[in-house]
Amino acid sequence: MAKAVAVTGNQAVAEALRQIDPDVCAAYPITPSTEIMQRFAAFVADGDVNTILVTVESEHSAMSACIGAAAAGGRVVTATSSQGLALMWEMLYIASGMRFPILMALVNRALSAPINIHGDHSDGMGARDAGWIQLYSENAQEAYDNTIQALRIAEHMDIRLPIMTCMDGFIISHSIERMEYLKDEEVKDFIGEYKALNPLLDIDNPKTIGALVLPDYFMEHKKAQADAMGKVKAVVLDVAERFGKLSGRSYGLFEDYRLGDADITLVIMGSAAGTAKDVIDDLRNRGIKAGLLKPRLFRPFPYEEIADALKGVKAICVMDRADSSGGYGPLFMEISSALIHIKERPVMINKVYGLGGRDFLPEHAETVLNELAEIANTGKAKTFKEYITVRE
Amino acid sequence: MKPKGWKDLTPGGGVILEAGNADEYNTGSWRAFRPEWKEENCIQCLFCWVFCPDSAVITKDGKMTGFDYKHCKGCGVCAYECPGKKGQKAIVMVEEGK
Ligand code: SF4
Ligand code: SF4
Repeated sequence: MAKAVAVTGNQAVAEALRQIDPDVCAAYPITPSTEIMQRFAAFVADGDVNTILVTVESEHSAMSACIGAAAAGGRVVTATSSQGLALMWEMLYIASGMRFPILMALVNRALSAPINIHGDHSDGMGARDAGWIQLYSENAQEAYDNTIQALRIAEHMDIRLPIMTCMDGFIISHSIERMEYLKDEEVKDFIGEYKALNPLLDIDNPKTIGALVLPDYFMEHKKAQADAMGKVKAVVLDVAERFGKLSGRSYGLFEDYRLGDADITLVIMGSAAGTAKDVIDDLRNRGIKAGLLKPRLFRPFPYEEIADALKGVKAICVMDRADSSGGYGPLFMEISSALIHIKERPVMINKVYGLGGRDFLPEHAETVLNELAEIANTGKAKTFKEYITVRE
Repeated sequence: MKPKGWKDLTPGGGVILEAGNADEYNTGSWRAFRPEWKEENCIQCLFCWVFCPDSAVITKDGKMTGFDYKHCKGCGVCAYECPGKKGQKAIVMVEEGK
């Protein structure tokens, strides 16, 4: 029997990191991810893990230390949020370009200014192009499960890329939910032993890493990296299947909720998907064919699979908890790209919601779904992109 | 040597597994001016050997004996630092092809 607990998302992820027992953790705590490192530092101090905890003076240094430790040959983890991730930016590309399977718990938070500490996806979306795999979670259980699956994905010999497991700041990180932990031995067995590819601490075989690559070879290196990214989907599914057998919880590239015969659909990521599912159920009870698609794997984005799942829907609203100022929301852009190749495209609209932790309530989902029902009837949208729950 | 395709790169993000393979890089091809050694002015101070950024000054039994032109990139640092004898430099830079 798995152990049922009532914990915060941060606590759940800290517990996953304890069970993983990484070689090195370098971090610079920042709200709302602070509690992960606070708890993990206690595990280190109490001797519950064998991890070397490197306390640094900034997130830039945290990621640099992670890269150094990964180059040495260690299994490495860290956690951050918002400005912290932004400060890591240049090092993110180095971690992925050097193909180090570093695990980062990202507790999503808005980016300044104005300064704000609450949850939205601006930080994760900003790191979208950095060559990291990204998994998003709906609740504490998913954040815990994704953390454990993440290492298997990142460390797979076909992949060897860094991975971010994302959860909404405060809404998930600080809310207490009922969830289940795996046993320590189960996690240990599941993640297996880590074998670094070309560890620098293998001093009998000296090597050079991080050498200059000029125009004659740069694209070959980037192509090799892109090819590894291309193999991630298959590995995610394979790892999810094994994890399902162990935990009884099933995961995919995304979750489709009452989508099969849906006329109108929300595409929504993270905690707000949970809120929206309740509303979908209500509408279904009233005979309205509403459905929902919740992306889990955002990088690489599963374009073909999502296009397949959304085929036949009449009207879609993509809900973005981040904005690309002057463009559509980042999730909307991906869904549009996914649907560009299908013949009978649904009408698509984009709503930006929940920035800086603004509440997303069932009535907001209902308003959007009502609008979608009208669009499905008329075939016409009034506005393609709109901020919702904002005061005039 | 035919350049490798992306599938033939060493797995793991730009890693070089052959230690010391910079030796194979012909930095001598960059050279526009070539250092030439005038043995008669050399006092064997080994300043050239200390200052050369490419380890291109060849020594034998603790004495300067000439240049490794495969790696000497012709920067002229050795010639600049060389004290020589009685105001006469023991290293002079000569334009390549002349
Ligand atoms: S010219 Fe420069 S590279 Fe060549 S031997 Fe002198 S110091 Fe070394
Ligand atoms: S610096 Fe000049 S004098 Fe000194 S060892 Fe070199 S060539 Fe001879």
